[in-house]
Amino acid sequence: MAMKYNWDWSIILCRSPEEEPTAAVEPGTLAPDATSAVGGGAGQFFDTGASCAQPYFDWIVSGVSWTIIVACAAWVITFSLGSIIGIARTVDQPVVRAVATAYVEFFRNIPLLLQMFLWFFVVPELLPEDAGRWVKRELPLPEYWTAIVCLGMYHASRTAEQVRAGIESIPRGQTQAGLAMGLTQFQVYRHVLLPVSYRIIIPPLTSDFMGIFKNSSVALTIGVMELTAQSRQIAEYTFNIFEIFTVATLIYMVVTLIVVTVMRFVEAKVRIPGTIAMGAD
Amino acid sequence: MFANFDYQVILDNVGILWDGMLITFLLTGVALVGGIIFGTVLALMRLSRFKVLSFAAGRYVDAFRSTPLILVIFWFYFAMPIIGLQAIGGLGSVLIAFTLFEAAYYCEIIRAGIQSVTRAQIHAGQALGLTYFQTMQYVILPQAFRNMVPVLLTQAIVLFQDTSLVYVVGLKDFLTAADLVAVRDNRVVELYAAAAVVYFVLCFASSLWVRRLRRQYAI
Amino acid sequence: MSKLKLLMATLVLAALAVPASAAELYGTLKKIKDSGTIAMGHREASVPFAYIGPEGKPIGYTVDLCYKVIDKIKKDLNMPDLKVKLVPVTSQTRIPLLANGTIDIECGSTTNNLTRSKQIDYLAVTFITGTKLAVKKGSGIKEIEDMDGKAIALSLGTTNEKAIKRIAKAKGIKLKYHMVKDHPQGWLALDTDRVDAYATDDVLLYGLISKSKDASKFVVTGRFLSYDPYGIMVRRDDSAMRLLGNTVLADLMRSGEMQKIYDKWFNPGPTGINMPISSTLKTAYEIQALPY
Repeated sequence: MAMKYNWDWSIILCRSPEEEPTAAVEPGTLAPDATSAVGGGAGQFFDTGASCAQPYFDWIVSGVSWTIIVACAAWVITFSLGSIIGIARTVDQPVVRAVATAYVEFFRNIPLLLQMFLWFFVVPELLPEDAGRWVKRELPLPEYWTAIVCLGMYHASRTAEQVRAGIESIPRGQTQAGLAMGLTQFQVYRHVLLPVSYRIIIPPLTSDFMGIFKNSSVALTIGVMELTAQSRQIAEYTFNIFEIFTVATLIYMVVTLIVVTVMRFVEAKVRIPGTIAMGAD
Repeated sequence: MFANFDYQVILDNVGILWDGMLITFLLTGVALVGGIIFGTVLALMRLSRFKVLSFAAGRYVDAFRSTPLILVIFWFYFAMPIIGLQAIGGLGSVLIAFTLFEAAYYCEIIRAGIQSVTRAQIHAGQALGLTYFQTMQYVILPQAFRNMVPVLLTQAIVLFQDTSLVYVVGLKDFLTAADLVAVRDNRVVELYAAAAVVYFVLCFASSLWVRRLRRQYAI
Repeated sequence: MSKLKLLMATLVLAALAVPASAAELYGTLKKIKDSGTIAMGHREASVPFAYIGPEGKPIGYTVDLCYKVIDKIKKDLNMPDLKVKLVPVTSQTRIPLLANGTIDIECGSTTNNLTRSKQIDYLAVTFITGTKLAVKKGSGIKEIEDMDGKAIALSLGTTNEKAIKRIAKAKGIKLKYHMVKDHPQGWLALDTDRVDAYATDDVLLYGLISKSKDASKFVVTGRFLSYDPYGIMVRRDDSAMRLLGNTVLADLMRSGEMQKIYDKWFNPGPTGINMPISSTLKTAYEIQALPY
């Protein structure tokens, strides 16, 4: 049984809401509220064509902005922490390696959604009372900060593996040559291993970033109003589900396309002559 | 908070949690099998000589790989029933969503697996008088799958974790069941911690097993 | 003249001869007849309207009323073996799922308002309430005006969300919003001091308090901030289904059985919510007890 569906692409462009007849908010009983709630502009409800009850366009713009802000901020954590952990997994000190391995295994083997819940609901309860209260109450936009930290640390475990693979792909001889020349271990990483490995792993790092970008939608479960959350909200307000989901999907695809194109260009620029770049993921 | 950690609430709700785990297994199983079958078809299309087929498969993979899984779930849960997919119900829509989504990822893994088999073998197959499908069935795919079993299984572990996202439509998988008990009985710390331990043990054990397989299967 | 009479008599006889069940079914009733199943959407934590009972099945005031409607469907469609598929919904999923056909009837605590009626339809009003605030005792919050600069939890997709945001805007009250999926999450936020108040329909707040571990910690405060009459939702443009449902409700209201069902859940009710029927709701029952 196919349902009746009213196509209306124009809702996507709604900028300013039509004034809804507002219920009286003065102290009072139910009854006076009731009359004023249905009074006002009852006539407009029969006009089913006008559906700009809310500024949906602004909601989409706000959703896209939050998706990008959360993803970029999380990526900063991912890239820096992931690099440190990835490098730590390749050094000679067994204790450092073990800690880094434990990090990767811990963050890789628990679903992102559950990690979101752990950061948001459990961590503040485990902190000392003052600190927990600060996180829950004083910190502005706690759900956004939580989402950024959670996404960043989750993806760091994946980026760490890419960094490690990049470093391990460099022949052992180069490290030995560096050490033989009198470089310290730090200098070998700084001048020999890292400059090469980062250039090799640009494609997997790009797909890691795309992963963060898409996974930022998981943050809607703790109340972050990013693109997917906004599109569901518009779907609920208007029931123009196809239109709004199409727009959201297209936005995700276009951003992906832009990032992949830019990174292909970057990759070509920094490619080490004489090597075959790893295929884009 | 750990001082008054209440193990009893977990024991009291083992039944609900186990029912949830069955849904999680069902989602993982169906999406894994369906995703690999459809993913193989997509991979063969992508590698096909016919431009139309490879183009269509390529765009399919691009679309699903650049869309968040949650949005795909929303598509199938809220939008598809409008055009007549309602008979299959909520669980059915989500199963389809996961299968189609996973197929895009499996397609790329399988394509890489097929390409890892040397071109000479296709020629050898053809020289023996095998048709395209016979070559694929008897020569290429068996070797390709052997090469990619570890990668497929690693993706299966990712899938197992991703099934928790059905939370967004309230389907009672393991995590959603744990969440239900957590907020109902106000035992958030206990239930989330228990769920984390269960996921970690299952996924970590599986990944150790996959690592062992990887060594065994290495050609 | 006699010809006309004969014609009329024939028409009347013909109309009487056709039993109601043989009438052309359409919409929801046809779907139910064809599939042998009715999908009942229910909330999971709208105490005591629709919530998960000790047996793990949805129970409550609205759920009882829905089963009365389903009984009537069984009888009218002559389907004693009609299967009832239970589908949990939230404030965000209920309308899309009803409109897209995943559920056939929604039983919970849904405000009947005109905006939503563009997408779905309602049966008769079964409860009357409005938005209030639940706060912790000793917080000093009496009215929404005392909330300036404080944090409030709101359930996504509810009329309460819209009402609070509208009032805050109109009165220039600065609130920190904490958006939650459903009532238990909102209650959790209040209990763990993430917010200073949780705003939803006052009856649901009493329901949440009655289910909480330490009921003496919380208090419902302030005036009504909105007017929320509840209704069972059915699909739009489906007069047959609506008529069937409203017939059941009118019968219940006329016979006084509605009052009995009310008392079973509210006075004092299994969770001890202890709310005798209000005069407004009593009047609503009387007005909606339509005759045949």
